[in-house]
Amino acid sequence: MLTVSYMPGCTLKTTGRNYEDSMLKLLYKLNVKVEELKNWFCCGTTYSMASDNLMNQLAPIRTLLRAKQTGRRELLVLCSMCYNTLRRAQDLVLHDEEKRNKINEFMYLEETNFNGDEVRVIHLLNYLKEFIGFETLADGIIKKTSDLKVAPYYGCMLLRPEEISIDESSENPGIMEELFQACGIDNVYFPFKTECCGSYQTVNKKDIVISRTSKIINSAVNNKADMITTSCPLCYFNLDSSQGTLVDNVPGFKTIPVMYVSQILALFVGIEDATDYSMHSIDPRPVLKEKGLLG
Amino acid sequence: MNVQLSSEELDNEDIDKIIEISGANLFACYQCGKCTAGCPTSEFMDIPPHEVIRLLQFGQIEEILCKNTLWICASCITCAVRCPKGVDLSKIMEALRQIFLRKNVNYVHPNEVPNEELQTLPQIALIANFRKFTH
Repeated sequence: MLTVSYMPGCTLKTTGRNYEDSMLKLLYKLNVKVEELKNWFCCGTTYSMASDNLMNQLAPIRTLLRAKQTGRRELLVLCSMCYNTLRRAQDLVLHDEEKRNKINEFMYLEETNFNGDEVRVIHLLNYLKEFIGFETLADGIIKKTSDLKVAPYYGCMLLRPEEISIDESSENPGIMEELFQACGIDNVYFPFKTECCGSYQTVNKKDIVISRTSKIINSAVNNKADMITTSCPLCYFNLDSSQGTLVDNVPGFKTIPVMYVSQILALFVGIEDATDYSMHSIDPRPVLKEKGLLG
Repeated sequence: MNVQLSSEELDNEDIDKIIEISGANLFACYQCGKCTAGCPTSEFMDIPPHEVIRLLQFGQIEEILCKNTLWICASCITCAVRCPKGVDLSKIMEALRQIFLRKNVNYVHPNEVPNEELQTLPQIALIANFRKFTH
C-alpha cells in the first residue's frame, strides 16, 4: 500500500468538499493511504510576485517544512491555487540562495531548514499518472458508457508559469485527456480549456467572470460536451455558479454541469456515495442518469 | 495615446521601484502586442496591457495608476508565458498594484463585501482577492 502526505488547503474543507471526498474515496479504492499534514498553513492562494516582500512566502514554506518532517518525498495537492503557490515558493527557495538564507534565518525557531529540494509538490493528476498509472486506474473501471463526452478544463494555475506546469505543454496540455482516454471516457477538444475563468475577480467584478465563463461554457457546449471537468475549486465555483445568472440574462443559454476530475473517476470505478450533488448549482444527475452512470 | 514628456518624468524613481519589485526588464518590450492579444480580460481595461509597458518606458506611471487596467488583471500569466522577449507583465501588474496599495490605500474593502457573498464564495476567492487588492 502506498502512503502519501496530503495538503488540502482551505477550500477543500468547504465549498470544494466534493473534490476532497471523492479523491479520498478514489485513492482508498486504489490502495493509497492519504495522510493529511497535521499542521498545514494557508498557502496564501496567490503566489506573491513582489520580489521585495518575503513575508508572503513563509506560509507555503512552512507547509513544505511540515511535509519534509514527515520523511516522505511527495506532497499531494489537489487545489490548483495551492499547487501553484507551493510550487513557486519552493522554486524561489531552490533557485535564490540569498532569499533562501533570509527565509531560513527568519524561521530560526523551526527544527530544520528548507532548501527547496526535499519535497516534491505533486498534483493529483500527476500522482495518478506516475504512482498509480492510468492503465491500473483503467483496470478498476467498472462502469461503461459509450457516449458521455467530457470537456477537460485546466484553467491557469496548473499550467502557468511554464516552469511549474503539470503538463509538458502549458499551451495545449493533454494529461486529463490522456487519463480519460485510458479509462474509456470520451473527451472533446475545446479551445478554451486553458483560458482564465476570471479567478478572484468573482468577489468584486462579477461581470468579468460572467463574460469569461460564458465563453468557456459556450465553447464546451458548442463542441458537444455533456460535462466540464476541472480540478480547481475556484474555476469550479466560477463555472458552476455563473450559469444561473447566464440562464436569466442570455436567451437560449444552454447549461452544462461541472464536476471535479475525481468525482467522475470515483463514479466510473463504482463509488456512488462520493459526491453531495446538492452542492452543484447545475445538477449533474440528469446527465449522469441519461448516460447510465447513475441508477 | 497622447502624452507630454518631461525629463523629470523620464527619470522617475517609482519606475525603478517597479523594476525592483517585478524584476522585469521593461525596456526589452518592443510593443508587438502579443500580451494584449492573448489577455483574457483586456476588453474590460481602460488601457491595454502593452500600452502599460509603453507608458512605463516613458515614466508615465500616474497615467497608469488612474486607470482600471491593473485591477482588471486576474494574474492568469498568459502574457508572461507568450511574451517573445520574456517580459513578465504579470509581475509588472503586481508591482503597479503594490505601488498603489503601499500608500495605505485599499482598492477593495473587505468589510463592504455583502454577507451573503461571504457565505457562498470559496475561501480561495476571498483570500486571493484581498491579497491582490488590499495593503
